[in-house]
Amino acid sequence: MKYRIKKMINLFLSNKKINIALFAAFFTSCIENAPLDSLSPEGPYARTIDALFWRTFWIAVVIFVIVQGALLLAVIIYREKPDTPEPKQIHGNVKLELLWTIIPVLILASIAVPTVRTIFELAKEPEDAMKIEVVGHQWWFEYKYPDHGITTANILVIPEKTPIRLEMWSNDVMHNFWVPKLNGKRYLVPGQLTYLNLLADNPDEFWAQCGEYCGLSHSKMRARVISLSKDEFNEWVENEKRSAEKPEEGTLAAKGEQVYLNAGCTQCHIINGVWDVQGDRVAPNLTHVGSRHVLGGASFNNNPDDLAQWLANPAAVKPGTFMPNLELTEEEILALIEYLGSLK
Amino acid sequence: MNETKSQKELLTIFKRPSSTTGIWSWITTVDHKKIGIMYGYAAFFFLLIGGLEALILRIQLSQPDNNFLSAAEYNAMFTMHGTTMVFLVIMPLSAAFFNYLLPLQIGARDVAFPRLNALSYWLWIFGGIFLYSTFIFGTAGAPQGGYLAEEIGWLGNAPNGGWFGYQPNAAFKYSPGTAMDYWALGLQILGISSLVSAFNFITTILNMRAKGMRFMRMPVFTWMTFAVAFLLAFSLPIIAIALFFVTFDRQFGTTFFLTEGGGDPVLWQHLFWLFGHPEVYILILPAFGIVSEILPTFSRKPLFGYAAIVFAGFGIAFIGFGVWAHHMFASAISPVAQAGFGLSTMVIAVPTGVKIFNWLGTIWGGKLSLKTPMLFSLGFIAMFVIGGLSGVTHSVVPADTQQTDTYYIVAHFHYVLFGGAMFGIFAGLYYWFPKVWGRMYNETLGQLHFWLMLIGFNLTFGPMHWLGLQGQIRRTWVYAEETNLGFWNLIVTIGAFIIAVSILIFMANWIFSKRKGPTAPMDPWDARTIEWTMPSPTPVWNFSTPPEIESLDDFWHRKYDEGSDGRAIRKDTADQLIVQLEEDGLNPKEHIELPNPSYFPFILASGLPFLGYAIIYKSIGLAGLGLVLLLIGGFGWALEPIEEELLEDKKDE
Repeated sequence: MKYRIKKMINLFLSNKKINIALFAAFFTSCIENAPLDSLSPEGPYARTIDALFWRTFWIAVVIFVIVQGALLLAVIIYREKPDTPEPKQIHGNVKLELLWTIIPVLILASIAVPTVRTIFELAKEPEDAMKIEVVGHQWWFEYKYPDHGITTANILVIPEKTPIRLEMWSNDVMHNFWVPKLNGKRYLVPGQLTYLNLLADNPDEFWAQCGEYCGLSHSKMRARVISLSKDEFNEWVENEKRSAEKPEEGTLAAKGEQVYLNAGCTQCHIINGVWDVQGDRVAPNLTHVGSRHVLGGASFNNNPDDLAQWLANPAAVKPGTFMPNLELTEEEILALIEYLGSLK
Repeated sequence: MNETKSQKELLTIFKRPSSTTGIWSWITTVDHKKIGIMYGYAAFFFLLIGGLEALILRIQLSQPDNNFLSAAEYNAMFTMHGTTMVFLVIMPLSAAFFNYLLPLQIGARDVAFPRLNALSYWLWIFGGIFLYSTFIFGTAGAPQGGYLAEEIGWLGNAPNGGWFGYQPNAAFKYSPGTAMDYWALGLQILGISSLVSAFNFITTILNMRAKGMRFMRMPVFTWMTFAVAFLLAFSLPIIAIALFFVTFDRQFGTTFFLTEGGGDPVLWQHLFWLFGHPEVYILILPAFGIVSEILPTFSRKPLFGYAAIVFAGFGIAFIGFGVWAHHMFASAISPVAQAGFGLSTMVIAVPTGVKIFNWLGTIWGGKLSLKTPMLFSLGFIAMFVIGGLSGVTHSVVPADTQQTDTYYIVAHFHYVLFGGAMFGIFAGLYYWFPKVWGRMYNETLGQLHFWLMLIGFNLTFGPMHWLGLQGQIRRTWVYAEETNLGFWNLIVTIGAFIIAVSILIFMANWIFSKRKGPTAPMDPWDARTIEWTMPSPTPVWNFSTPPEIESLDDFWHRKYDEGSDGRAIRKDTADQLIVQLEEDGLNPKEHIELPNPSYFPFILASGLPFLGYAIIYKSIGLAGLGLVLLLIGGFGWALEPIEEELLEDKKDE
């Protein structure tokens, strides 16, 4: 019996296909391609945190091995055997007890010092930081660039190697802005400001997510951070400042513009140059929506199929959403998609 | 004389109940043992419900972008899972142990206020029923102005703001409907229940100890009960007031936590966690106590550093009030507060470490009998250490800003509250099974339960550490396929079902052994504390003669001497002693007066749910009904004569 099991295990382990599949499953699932991985820092803030985590982690591993080892050892050595005599009645040992009070204190002190130092380091406002305001809404993030006069949503575009100071608040409930590869989390609170620093090493795209439970579509309150080279960033800024252009008469896009103007979209969405309103609207500014590759709180990709589903019934994509079902016809939806796609 | 008698008869609506069997004996009982058993069964029932909710959650998360549940249903399920497991499972399971064991361990006939004890139980059960009635009557919906594609079914019409009910998401504007009112008022009732029992236990421990039972001779479980009672007494008023604020905000238009009216939602977080963190120790200290009883018994050695373990328990309880903001490191608090609360959180690891090392010191050099209670206790240490170490990584504030609100935290507190508290509770359930039922459980099934649960537990909560560090947030209804979290989520779901199977084995063992298990001797474990000096099952009157205590681990020292080499030597008289104790225990020498049963705790408690409904539905009628029940209960209680008095009056005639 034993032999047969062994044989089966050997067969299983020697089967290359199974091995590769197992390895692939293991490695793809734990090392690569987790876009929200907090252990793959891509900037100095996240790297500082990462270093501190691993330092604590390895201390914890040592303690883990010692304590679990002692536990296992005790069970193995002192397990009752037929001839075990009654044990010595030891009531305690003050020296030992002092020892295992003081040693943890010292270990913790060695963790505490860098912890406190890092807390203040991370909170400090960096010099020459670029300020961006982040506003939380149920269930999407809005970004305002006060130095550039830009308002956008979902995708936060930043220049690489430049310290960014986010000034954040919430428009409704508590949210939490989290870009794991760039820094830890910070709440967005209604009625007061919170701050978070970001700094990306290289041009890249990072996933972000609302960390604090904020109601029905909390899990779909996602975001992206895109870092660009400084030139590209300036180009992006110039483009963002541009108002939308009127589509050519008679095209599908022109029809789409009419849908936007007449179906009710203007109640909540601004398109600069087409429907300018002073002040804030409750929904994202769509002036450059065509240039954003994720929509709806970064919960779906900007492609005609997904966008059509969203426009046909927003609440089916994001439960609880404030975007109503406008009962658009299929034709209207196609026109609208064409128009929104043209808003680069 | 005659006048007072007729007064008494006039004011006593009912004769005092006298059933000793059947349902009325349970409803009117004031016997701490019966109340303990009722707590146990009802809490276990809620464990099954909370477990079912967990399985439903896990099915939804078993693969990315799943649509087994709607968002509304998922949010209701995780809110009710958390609320249930904290308030309706672990707290009352601990209460089951407090009730059953506390008087036995200190040599008392009952708790100080038996009727108040019954009131605690009935308040709790009515609070639980009230909370769960939300599935029938409650409503939930999208935030005001938001849209839903489909109607919310009954599964989703439950509280959905999380067990932590963060404001303003749990306020009426963002959580309309009545479900969150059920949550706030349900917790309010449950809180009153715990508050009542806290004072009862404190009084009992201070006043009802047997002769010679000095403080430093009390069993550690009694000590931990004492600590928990103080934690309850100081932390529950905080949440009671905060919950009233929530109810006022939702029902009467106040703005305690709403910025629109100058309120502060962060204040709710402070108040909630100022209660919520001591609550964590309310959940874990009883398990510390249970394990501190079991380890010495099954190692045949005294507890290593008894005093240190006791003081460490109180140290944890005390410092537990100064660490609350570590739940808010990513919230709106200053770096100074972050540093302060980070440090205090590290400090609390020290007394916790002392306990762990002293437990290791207890088993080291012992003669370990690896029966089920011992296995669960050893499992408790192993799992709790993991939870404690991940806890230290949270105290490192910058690291915590990555971990907070992710599955890393979910893993951490399940290692503490399931691997810790629940393993401790299971250890206790097996350990005292013979004392409660007079029969032995099945050892094979018990060990099978342990191993399956240990494997299932680690399969469920181990990978969650990894998932959290890989970016899976908590309370997430779906996760995108691109996040690459699917594989380990599937493993976690499989683990959860293994736990479910182990629970079924436990139930089978319990039901079978309670009926058909071999008869248990009085002292099956060769135990140390005085609850084992009574026959099994414990007689109604507990001790037939009040015990006198001469030392810590009194029973052990009556059975064993210490030889010159320090080893235990069984006294020649030990067997004789046990026979004698059993005989005496079954045949009390004189009539023992026990507290009389009463209808009134049940009646009084039954009024509160109606008051709750009255607030939700703004109904004068329901408020009147609730008040009438409260008044009948209260006055009836106050004016209820003790049965003997009536009997004596009758004799006088």
